[in-house]
Amino acid sequence: MSSMFPLIVSGAEARRRGNRLIGPIDLQLEGKGATVVVGPNGSGKTTLLNLLHGTVRLARGHVQWQVNTEDARRMQSFVFQRPVMLRRSVIDNLAYPLVIRGQSARTAREAAASWAERIGLSAMKDRSATSLSGGEQQKLALARALITEPVVLFLDEPSASLDGRATRDIENLLLEQKAAGTRIIMSTHDMGQAKRLADDVVFLCNGHVAEKTSAAEFFAQPATLQAQAFLNGDIVE
Amino acid sequence: MVDLWDGLVQAVWLMASLDAELADIAARSLYVTLTALVVACALAFPLAAYLAVRRFRARRTIIAILNALMGLPPVVVGLIVYLLLSRSGPFGVLGLLFTPTAMIIAQVLIMVPLIASIAHQSLRDLWQEYHDLLISMNVTQGQKLRTLLWDARRALLTAALAGFGRGIGEVGAIMIVGGNIDNVTRVLTTAIALETGKGEFALALALGFILIGLTIAVNLLIHWLGQTEREGRW
Repeated sequence: MSSMFPLIVSGAEARRRGNRLIGPIDLQLEGKGATVVVGPNGSGKTTLLNLLHGTVRLARGHVQWQVNTEDARRMQSFVFQRPVMLRRSVIDNLAYPLVIRGQSARTAREAAASWAERIGLSAMKDRSATSLSGGEQQKLALARALITEPVVLFLDEPSASLDGRATRDIENLLLEQKAAGTRIIMSTHDMGQAKRLADDVVFLCNGHVAEKTSAAEFFAQPATLQAQAFLNGDIVE
Repeated sequence: MVDLWDGLVQAVWLMASLDAELADIAARSLYVTLTALVVACALAFPLAAYLAVRRFRARRTIIAILNALMGLPPVVVGLIVYLLLSRSGPFGVLGLLFTPTAMIIAQVLIMVPLIASIAHQSLRDLWQEYHDLLISMNVTQGQKLRTLLWDARRALLTAALAGFGRGIGEVGAIMIVGGNIDNVTRVLTTAIALETGKGEFALALALGFILIGLTIAVNLLIHWLGQTEREGRW
């Protein structure tokens, strides 16, 4: 199933107007579990995820999946920090990725209905998505990302501005997906969430991968000084 | 004041008596402008979406020109279309001058920049909102345009209504290319101009009130069809 792994990143850099945002980054990700990207604000977590996803242009280096680019793009989904809602009903938002991929409107809506049920939004499925609360919108965005059954799911701080209940709903859904074999690559600034979800951790600092270890190891005894300071709650630049 | 009152009375009288000539003129007004509107929207909406989504060198220039052309003087458009369609012009063989088709062509030219400019503004904002998501979903260019046009449909309705307003009340261009020929190309606005010229102020006013009433009716109808201004809609 995860024949697209390992994902090999070598010397990857992202630039904007000549300034280096992150990199050079060397990283190898295997095809199982959940990788959580942590690091101080501005360390490049979002850029790294976008770089892996292919939505930020690579200035230098390689991001290499084990399948061709087109297949790789099709097997990925991305959930943004601030959910982007299409100005349509809940059900049409869910059906959209399937319709884009050429499924008939009917089968897409059937799948969408079952996902609406699953995330507890069935009662609101004909309401406009923009009228939902923040937590509901993020759940909808997550379900919309999952409806195409991606091999890899990227999430950029998916519960950054959500309350506890919505966060728990989202984490439960992620744990279910992880158990079902979906590869999860996410960033978070919430260390509790990182501990709950992560199998391994990528610690970013100043646009570089400072550390990449198993989650247990990272939280027990971080190898770098920056990671120690970060976990202690110090301000890390 | 007396003239205004007379005009109002006559407008009511004309409508109540179902004046055949009036009905004919009003119907032609609607036919010309609505047809032009449909054609103009079919051209302007995709153009606006394309300008919102694509980045190419001439984009800014085209947008600036479209914005400038929103205020295109209808008389000038009429003149140009006249020259193009006249016997000696490049499209003279089609024999379109002084027909409703010529009027439609002129109105399309007047409406397209206005509709495209207004539509572009809302499509651009929507694209900003959707950009990351649609790029992430790897949609094709065509799907992108269709998604934007569909999800912005209520804003596009506003653009279309603005175009309709500009067309239905316009007199300069259709006077020149249509010629205000009785039973052929006479519409409400050209009839008003004619009656005013003849000093028939009451009749001109009556036609004016009918024109305004018609415009309001069409707007209400389109709003109702589009279900705008209701809770939870855009």
